[in-house]
Amino acid sequence: MSLLEVRDLVVMFGDKRVVDGISFDLEAGSRLGIIGESGSGKTLTTLAIMGLLPDTATVSGSIRFEGQELLERTDAQLSSLRGNRMGMVFQEPLTSLNPLMRVGKQIAMPLKIHRGMPIKEGLAVALQLCETVGLPDPERIIRSYPHQLSGGQRQRIGLAIALACDPVLLIADEPTTALDVTVQKEVLKLMNDLVASRGSSLIFVSHDLPVIATMTESVLVMNTGAIVEHAKVGELFANPRHDYSKKLIATAQHADALFTTFRAGTS
Amino acid sequence: MTTILETAGLSRTFRLPRTGLGSSRAERHALVDMNLTINAGDRLGVVGESGSGKTTLMKLLLALDTPTAGSVAFRGERLPLADMARFRRAVQVVFQDPRSSLNPRMSIADIVREPLECLGIDGNHDERIDDVLEAVGLGAAMRTRYPHELSGGQRQRVAIARALAPRPEVLIADEPVSALDVLVRDEILDLLQGLTTSLGLTLIMVSHDLSVIARLCDTVIVMQDGVAVERGRTADVFSRPSHPFTMNLIAAVPRLPGS
Repeated sequence: MSLLEVRDLVVMFGDKRVVDGISFDLEAGSRLGIIGESGSGKTLTTLAIMGLLPDTATVSGSIRFEGQELLERTDAQLSSLRGNRMGMVFQEPLTSLNPLMRVGKQIAMPLKIHRGMPIKEGLAVALQLCETVGLPDPERIIRSYPHQLSGGQRQRIGLAIALACDPVLLIADEPTTALDVTVQKEVLKLMNDLVASRGSSLIFVSHDLPVIATMTESVLVMNTGAIVEHAKVGELFANPRHDYSKKLIATAQHADALFTTFRAGTS
Repeated sequence: MTTILETAGLSRTFRLPRTGLGSSRAERHALVDMNLTINAGDRLGVVGESGSGKTTLMKLLLALDTPTAGSVAFRGERLPLADMARFRRAVQVVFQDPRSSLNPRMSIADIVREPLECLGIDGNHDERIDDVLEAVGLGAAMRTRYPHELSGGQRQRVAIARALAPRPEVLIADEPVSALDVLVRDEILDLLQGLTTSLGLTLIMVSHDLSVIARLCDTVIVMQDGVAVERGRTADVFSRPSHPFTMNLIAAVPRLPGS
C-alpha cells in the first residue's frame, strides 16, 4: 500500500474542470515534484489532498492517505491530520504566519492541538526546532514576531511549524519562490536534509524546473488540469515525451548553459 | 556615442522610523555613490538581491524619487529639467506586475492613449495606438478589451505598448517577467529583444534573475547593499565573476541534472 493514492481526482468550480481526472501514487519516503504553469491545477491538487479547497469546489474521485479515504472525511477528521500527519509549507511566509503571535507560540500550536502539549513545554520543543532549521539565537527568535524576521528566517519558521509533529508527508507549495536565490539555496538544502533524516515523504510544487530537479526523484508535469507526463527526474531530462515538458526543459537548459564556464572553473 | 543618462555620486538614504521613544532614527543607505554612464543603444542589466538598491536606482533614473546626494543628468542636463514632459517622452518604464500597473477601469486603447495625451504628443493617436499594439503582437481587436480579460503575458504586452507609444529613447524595465510563467516569460523576453533591436532603444533592465539579464543585456552591474560591486560585459561577468558576491549569486542558481 502506498502512503498516498490519488485516483481520478476531479476538482470543479461550477462546470469548469480545473483538475481533470488525475491519478498518482506516492510511496513512503519518496519525493514527488509537481510542475506546471499558473492555472495548471498543481496547487489545487495539493489543496485537495489537504482538504483545504474552498466550499465552492466540487471534488470527486479518491484520495487515500495511509489507507484512509480523505474525501469521505469530515472537516474535523481532516483537521486532526493536517499539521500532524501532513505538514504544509506555503509560498509566502509573511501571509501564512500569524502577524500578531510570537513565532515560538506558533511553532508550539500544532503540538498543543494534536498532542495536548501545554504551550510552555511546546516552547521548549520550539527552541530545539529553531536549531534544527538552522536559525541562529533561538531564544531571541521564538520571542520575535514575523515582521521582525527576514524572508529566509520566516520560511524556516514555516518549516519548523510543519515539522513540529513529525509528519509522514510534507507538502511544500512554491516554498522558495519569494526568496532570493542565495537564501533559496540554503532553504532547499535544509529541506532536503530534514526530509532525508526524518524519512518523510515530500510533495514539492514549483514552476521552476531546476528547483524541482534538485528536490525530487520523480515529477508530475501538469497542464490545464491534467498530468501530461509522470517520470523520474533523470528520464524526464533525458527523454521528455510531451511538448510542454520539452519546452520547459529547453528553457531551463538555455539558462543553465550561461553558467557552464563559471562552474567548470570552480568544480 | 551619445550619452543619454549619466549619474554622478548618486546616493539615496532613507530615514527609518524610531524603534523606541527618544531613540534616534537609524538611516538606511539604499544607494551609495553610484556613477553610471548610459549611452544610446546600451542594454544594461542591473542584478542583485532584495534590498540591494536596484529599484531605488531605477526610481532615481526615472526621476520618480529625489536623490539625497549626487545627480542624474539626461543628455547632459541635470534633472529635474524645466520641461519634464521632454524627459518623460524620452524615458519610459515597464513595471513588474501588469495587473497593478494597468488601470482596471480603462480599455486597452485608453491605457495606451494616456501617455500620448498627458505628454502632449501631436499626431493621430488612434493610428499610433494601432501601430504599437501591432508591434507588441496584439491585434487591433484588443482596443476595446479591459485588463482583466487578458492573460498575464498579454497584459505585459499592453504595458510595453504603453511605454512605446511616446516613441521613447530609453526603456527602463523593472523585473518585467518575474510575475509571468516560464514559457510566457520567454515570449516577452523575445519581444523586448526584438523591439530594442528594431527601434534602436536603450534598455535598462532590473532583475534578480541572472538568466533574464544574460538574454537581453550586453553589460551588467551587480549590486549589493547599494553599491555596484561588479560591472562589465554580461558574458564576462557571468563566466568569470571576480567579486565573491557575484560568485555566490551564480553558484546559488540550481543546477540541472547532468550539467
